[in-house]
Amino acid sequence: MPWHLAEAAAGSLAAVALSLAAFAPHDFDRRADPVTEPATVTIPASRLSFPEPGEFLVEGRPIPAPLRDAAVPAFRIMTHQVGLADYGRCVAAGRCPAPDAPAPRAAVDVPVTGVSHFDALAYAAWLGEATGTTWRLPSALETAAAAGERFAAETFSDAADDPKNPAVAWIRRYREEAASKRPPDPAPRPIGHYGVNALGLADFGGNVWEWTSTCYVRVSYDTDRITERSRTENCRVHVLEGRHRAIMSDFVRDGRSGGCAVGAPPDNLGFRLVREPGRPPLVARLTRRVAGLLGR
Amino acid sequence: MFTRRQALMGVAAAGLLAAMPPMTAAMAAETDLSALPRQKIALVAPPFVHAHEQVATTGPRIIEYTMAIEEKTVVIDDEGTTLQGMTFNGSIPGPMMVVHQGDYVELTLVNPETNSLPHNIDFHAATGGLGGGALTLINPGEQTTLRFKATRTGTFVYHCAPEGAMIPWHVVSGMSGTIMVLPRDGLKDDAGRPIRYDKVFYVGENDFYVPRDEEGNFKSYDSPGEAYADTLPVMRGLIPTHVVFNGAKGALTGDNAMTSKVGETVLIVHSQANRDTRPHLIGGHGDYVWEEGKFDNPPRKDLETWFIRGGSAGAALYTFLQPGIYAYVNHNLIEAVELGATAHFVVEGEWNEDLMKQMAAPGPIPLN
Repeated sequence: MPWHLAEAAAGSLAAVALSLAAFAPHDFDRRADPVTEPATVTIPASRLSFPEPGEFLVEGRPIPAPLRDAAVPAFRIMTHQVGLADYGRCVAAGRCPAPDAPAPRAAVDVPVTGVSHFDALAYAAWLGEATGTTWRLPSALETAAAAGERFAAETFSDAADDPKNPAVAWIRRYREEAASKRPPDPAPRPIGHYGVNALGLADFGGNVWEWTSTCYVRVSYDTDRITERSRTENCRVHVLEGRHRAIMSDFVRDGRSGGCAVGAPPDNLGFRLVREPGRPPLVARLTRRVAGLLGR
Repeated sequence: MFTRRQALMGVAAAGLLAAMPPMTAAMAAETDLSALPRQKIALVAPPFVHAHEQVATTGPRIIEYTMAIEEKTVVIDDEGTTLQGMTFNGSIPGPMMVVHQGDYVELTLVNPETNSLPHNIDFHAATGGLGGGALTLINPGEQTTLRFKATRTGTFVYHCAPEGAMIPWHVVSGMSGTIMVLPRDGLKDDAGRPIRYDKVFYVGENDFYVPRDEEGNFKSYDSPGEAYADTLPVMRGLIPTHVVFNGAKGALTGDNAMTSKVGETVLIVHSQANRDTRPHLIGGHGDYVWEEGKFDNPPRKDLETWFIRGGSAGAALYTFLQPGIYAYVNHNLIEAVELGATAHFVVEGEWNEDLMKQMAAPGPIPLN
């Protein structure tokens, strides 16, 4: 028996294990409860007539978003928006910045609010490591599919707009926003407060608007409204869906600074995540296994 | 030995009153105005102004106004923050009065029993008696009538000024308004030629100082008296929590935006009874601006932004040249956007491509 080889192998294994363990996040709350996977609901495969998010122009004038006939494969998404308690574990782990949210009341969990797109990404990364599965923000299309009957993108009619007079569109938009004005409702409600939709998804369309992974685009069409002349994507700005569609810079945590001149900006910014199928990457699996073995 | 009246009003005010001889008909050389015609005018809530002539078609008159003081809880922003407001005629700002030079203003000021505090009125347009403040201090349940001669033309602030520490508190609780004294032959431009407005809007700007709790949320109270102790330190910090037009953030936007048309001339009267401001019409100008608000001075022309000193009212005249949405702001943009000092105009009409045209719509930067 080539003992020196076995010894070397064992030594290497130990070294590798210890190295991997060293790289494993130390700040897991392993002494307390391990992080359990949040409840998810499966959204079956569907077809949607989906208004693309962004700004669409013909000869420099805004037109309503074109409707896209989109097929959405089945996917799993969190039943509830990410809660303040769960997000707080990411904060305690030093992996998420504290949200701009009111202090939690002990008895009742509410959705986390006052979080930016960056904060949502940080949470998704931490949750993936903590649970051993991959989580990500849904696209605007996926959110529309999950929202079901509660989905409401922005829409308007440009029929009366005048190519010679941009003020007609400005005034029309101003009046539409004034008409959609609703009383502000900023206080976060208990998780589940807004009920579930037909697909079993909870709280969509309440007073929390949800970050998506979809970037803002500006598309310029020819007068046939089909041929694209140019498409500019700005991924420092992302789409949020909720009672209506909103578009915000990545670092914004407060919906009210989201730049509607008049009308109703989002009361709160929050998010929920899609659970990716399949196994997480090899290194992440090994890390988790070693950490488990070492009882940390 | 204090009378009950002196005890209620505070010693200082009582001292002032004691120093002034009572006004009686027996005083020598009382002005005989019995021949002057009288006109009773009903005041209108801002931003609108009661109907009036710009060029007077009659001689001087005695204009009779009545205002009732109302202490009330008002909502001042879109988060439901409340203020223990003190108002002339139920509005913040109080209503705008319009008379002509040489007219007499006869104001009956009523302080209903339902109020909790004494109030009075100081007209910056009046002469003597602390602007009328020395002669109009009324307790709840009382009323008084003051007549003053509008001797100088211009836009002037009026505000409550009860005594000592009460003065700033009442003013930052909303108790101010404006009176405009027009020249009998109307407004003139810088060359002395007559100019007129089709519409007048009164934009009253107020600074509020609302206390916060330990978590940073605005506090609410059930009466002005309960609010006072917490409000005073915020006032002394000199940084308002709200700077608003027409009494609340967004009060002159949306369905309540001011309206006009291309070709229409508007006069925008802007008052700030306490604190400097600098109005600006985004997309427009001040064709003729009486910054200090006094019509005997020729107006400044073509201003982008004008300065209204705290404790005054100014006036800007503009003829709209383009349709669209205009924001009318206090051009400290933090105060405009974060603290509420923004109003909107919705202006209909034809677009003038000579003045502005989008030559190339936004699109990707070409690579060559």
